[in-house]
Amino acid sequence: MIKTSRSRIVVIVTVILALVAAIIAIGLGSVFIPISDILGTIFGSSSKAVNTTIIWDIRLPRVLLAMIIGANIAISGALLQAVMGNPLADPGLTGVTSGAAACVLVIMLAAPQYTQFIPIAAFVGGLIAAGIVYALAWRRTGISPVTIILSGVAVNALCGGVIGLLTIMYSDRLPAAVQWLNGSLAAKGNNALMMVLPYAIAGWILSFFAIRKANIIRLGDQVASNLGENVNQIRILLSLLAVFLAAISVAAIGMIGFVGLVVPHMARMLVGSDYKYLLPMSMALGALVLLIADTGGRTLFAPLDIPSGILMAVIGGPYFLYLMRKKAF
Amino acid sequence: MFTVDSISIRYEQKSVINNFSFSVKKGEIVSIIGPNGSGKSTLLKAVSRLIPYHTGTVILDGTDLKSMSAKQVARKMCMLSQKNQAPSDMTVIDLVSYGRYPHKKWFERLNQEDMDIVHWALEKTHLIEYKDRAVASLSGGESQRAWIAMALAQRPLIMLLDEPTTYLDISHQHEVLELVRELNQDMGMTIVMVLHDLNQASTYSDSIVVVQAGEKAMYGTPNEVMTTDMIRDVYRMDAEVQYVQTEKKPRIHLLSTVR
Repeated sequence: MIKTSRSRIVVIVTVILALVAAIIAIGLGSVFIPISDILGTIFGSSSKAVNTTIIWDIRLPRVLLAMIIGANIAISGALLQAVMGNPLADPGLTGVTSGAAACVLVIMLAAPQYTQFIPIAAFVGGLIAAGIVYALAWRRTGISPVTIILSGVAVNALCGGVIGLLTIMYSDRLPAAVQWLNGSLAAKGNNALMMVLPYAIAGWILSFFAIRKANIIRLGDQVASNLGENVNQIRILLSLLAVFLAAISVAAIGMIGFVGLVVPHMARMLVGSDYKYLLPMSMALGALVLLIADTGGRTLFAPLDIPSGILMAVIGGPYFLYLMRKKAF
Repeated sequence: MFTVDSISIRYEQKSVINNFSFSVKKGEIVSIIGPNGSGKSTLLKAVSRLIPYHTGTVILDGTDLKSMSAKQVARKMCMLSQKNQAPSDMTVIDLVSYGRYPHKKWFERLNQEDMDIVHWALEKTHLIEYKDRAVASLSGGESQRAWIAMALAQRPLIMLLDEPTTYLDISHQHEVLELVRELNQDMGMTIVMVLHDLNQASTYSDSIVVVQAGEKAMYGTPNEVMTTDMIRDVYRMDAEVQYVQTEKKPRIHLLSTVR
C-alpha cells in the first residue's frame, strides 16, 4: 500500500514538473519573456501585443504540440511493450514509425495535392508495417517477442529503402520533407496542433480503458487466457491503439525515435510495472522529455533550430546503450 | 462433473492425442501420468482451452466447453502451468486479485466482497503474512502457492494443475501437494493434475489416468493402475510395487531400465 501511494505521488510530481517546464519553455527563445508576463498573457490580465502574438501564435502551440506528441509516442511504446511482453518494443524498433513515415512521404513528395490525407496515410502505413511484423512473428502458439523484433528490423530496412528511393526520385521537393523526416517542430503552429489534438485525446481516453487488459497480459499468455481473456484479441486492439497514437504523431511532426523506448523504461523504474501508474507516468514523462528536447533544440544552438528527433537520437542512443550495459533488458 | 469424451488433438498434421476419454467425479483428485512426449500436458492444455482440440467433446459441469465463453469457463475452471512468471514488482495480493477478474465486467472495479475472497484465498494457501511481498522474492514453493491462491480466487469448481511440482525441490513438492490435498478435503475442490512422480500420483490421487503415445493406457484407482506390468509397458522399467492393505496407495520402487 505504501508503494502504490508513492507511485501516485511520483506521477503527480511529474505532471507538475511538465507544467512548470511548459511555462519556462514558453519564455525561452530569441525574445525572452519573463514568467509574470507569460502567466499574465495566458490568463488575460496583461496585454502586451508583441507578447500576445509570440505566445499564442508561436510558442504555446509548439510547446503543446511537443508535449502531446511526446505523450503519444510514450504511451504507444508502453502499450507495445505490454503487447509483445518485451521491454525492447517501441514504435520505432517495430517499424511502425518508418512505415507511417514512408506512406506520408509518398503523399508529401509524389502527390502533394492530397496533403489532407496525411494522417490517414500515416495510420495505414503504420498498420501495414505492424501487420507485416505480426504476420512474420505469428506462430500457431502465439506471438514470439524475438521474432517480432527481428521482423521489425526487416520492416525498418524495407521502409528505409522506400524513403531513400522517394528522396532520390523527388529531390527537387526535398527540403521541407527533410525537416519533417528528422522530427522537427519548427514552424508548427496552431494548424498542426488542431490536427493532432482531437486524435490524441481520443487515443488517450482509449488507452486508459486499456490499462486492465495491459496488466493482465503482463502475466503471460497462458495465465491471461486462463483468466478468460482472449489474448490475441487484446494484442490486436492494443496494437491498433499504439499504431494510431504513433501514426498521428508521425503525421504531425515526423520521425522521433527513442521516446517510445526510453520513456516507458524510465517510467517503469520510477513507478513500477503496474499500468495503472505506468501509463499516466509514461504520458507525463513523455510530454516532459520531448518538451525538453524541443526547447533545447531551438535554444541551445540558436539561431539554428535542431529538430527534436535528432536531439532525441543523440541523447537517447547513449542512454539506451547505458541501459543495455546495466542489463536492464 | 468433468467429462472428456473421445477427443483428438493434432499438432502440425501429427496426431498427439487420439480418441481419448475419461471422466472426473466431483471432489475427486485425478492424476494424469505418462512418459515424456506421451501427450499428457497437451491433453490438459486442450481441455482447458489453451490449445484447440479437433474432435470430441469436453463437458464441464453439464455444459459443452465449446459453447461457453472464455470468461464463463474461467469462472468454473482454472489451470495452472508448470512455471509462471509474475512481473518483478508485483505483490502477492496484487497477483491473487487478478483471480477475481473473470467475475468482473471490463469496467468494474474490485469491491469489498472480491477483497474478502482474495483474503480467503491467501488464508487457504497460508500466505497472509506474505501478502505485501513481491512474488518474485518468494521461494519456489511459496510462489507456486501464490499462483494457486490466484486460481482459488477464481472460485473454480475444478482446478487443473500441469506438473505443479516439476521445478521444486522435494520439500516444496510436498508442501504444494499437501496444499492441493487440503483444498480437496476442506472444500471438495475437484482436481486434475499432471504428475511425473509415480509415488506422488499414487499417494495423492483417487484415480490415475495413464497416457501412452496419445492413447489411454489405463484408468483406475492407484491400486489398480500401479502394477509392475504397467510400469514395464509404459515406462520400460522394472519395478517393485508394495501394496499396503489399509491404505490402497501402493508404493513404487523403481529398479532398472528394461533392455
